[in-house]
Amino acid sequence: MASELILLEMKVSPFAPRVKIALREKGLEFEAREEDLLNKSSLLLEMNPVRKQIPVLIHNGKPICDSFTIVQYIDEVWNHKSPLLPSDPFERARARFWADYIDKKIYPIAKKLWIAPEGESMEAAKKELLESFKTLETELGEQPYFGGKSFGAFDISLITYHCYFHAFERLGNFSMVKECPKLVEWGERCMEKESVSKSLCDPIAIYEEALETRRILGV
Amino acid sequence: MAEQVKLFKTWSTPFGLRITWALQLKGISYEAIDEDLSNKSALLLQYNPVYKKVPVLVHNGKPISESLVILEYIDETWKQNPILPEDPLERANARFWAKFSDEKLILSVWSAFTKEGKEREEAMDASLKNLKFVEEELKGKKFFGGEKIGLADIVFGWLGNLLPIFEEVSGLKLLDDRFPSLLAWTKELSELPVVKYNWPPHDKMIIKYQALYEKFHPVK
Repeated sequence: MASELILLEMKVSPFAPRVKIALREKGLEFEAREEDLLNKSSLLLEMNPVRKQIPVLIHNGKPICDSFTIVQYIDEVWNHKSPLLPSDPFERARARFWADYIDKKIYPIAKKLWIAPEGESMEAAKKELLESFKTLETELGEQPYFGGKSFGAFDISLITYHCYFHAFERLGNFSMVKECPKLVEWGERCMEKESVSKSLCDPIAIYEEALETRRILGV
Repeated sequence: MAEQVKLFKTWSTPFGLRITWALQLKGISYEAIDEDLSNKSALLLQYNPVYKKVPVLVHNGKPISESLVILEYIDETWKQNPILPEDPLERANARFWAKFSDEKLILSVWSAFTKEGKEREEAMDASLKNLKFVEEELKGKKFFGGEKIGLADIVFGWLGNLLPIFEEVSGLKLLDDRFPSLLAWTKELSELPVVKYNWPPHDKMIIKYQALYEKFHPVK
């Protein structure tokens, strides 16, 4: 029986595209449905009643929530091709540790930068963001991917921020290629993969959303 | 080569306690090193340069940090007495609740413990709402993992010890007969030898959290 896969997502999100990349890496067909978080669908509320957030993957009617948990689920169910997590437990732990770091650090700092008034606050947010990116660059080292020789779950967790680089640069008034050249190079390498380029959000749409948020808040 | 397993923790950390339980449930020999967080050892800083926190598991010289990451590593490395189920959907569900404990419930309870006035009330409301979700998930089951404890039981374990300490120190009423399944679960959990014999000393915990409570609620 063909799997029925529905992804509840949002137009601008660093989380939902992770699921799309994972599904595409495995060659899976799916239906993406866009949610409006100010007017959540009854399906979303039924499928994720506890946290009421996207992404949610609905597989043959059963929901799986939290983007990295979904990526692991996809890897475990469709384990015959394109492994997303390494086979070695220590390397798997490394991927999980850094996926968690990206959610703990990059996401909240990006949110701060989004609405930081120009001046000290913006400079502080930018400094924090660049420090985290540089920590990640150190972790990348000389490898082509964070996963090592192959693209994997660690890369998937971070690459969804690639389309946010443009907005970060414009808001923070800096150049990613000057500050984090290795990360930019890694990003371009990942973008050569169709699963990635097809799944990421539009950088211009992201920047426009940031400007709109700032306008509404009066920043 | 003989296995070398070390666990860096503190005497009171609920996050380190999870790892103690997992290692003992699987019968793994290990060396426990209690850190003084006001004077962190050079080894801890070397093994966890990113966060400089406990717990850290070091297996044959290789460090793993963050308790949820460590638990999965232990389960994948030592296959006896599995912590996670085999079925991918059940695994995803266990991971969901593990994240819920640490991203939502702990934070709302901590806020209720540390904040004052309106913020405290809001944190109490959030905590009760979060506990209700957990109660629903547990209903009809002996443990979150079914007949035996699993990842979610280990991760929610702090509800059996740390939460009552918070309640005793602050007068907050959270885990009471509004949550009969959770109360029954804490009793079952506390009867397990790995849990019973590893709770940090009650009196020492009261002293520690009383002092912390007073820091957040200075007498005017």
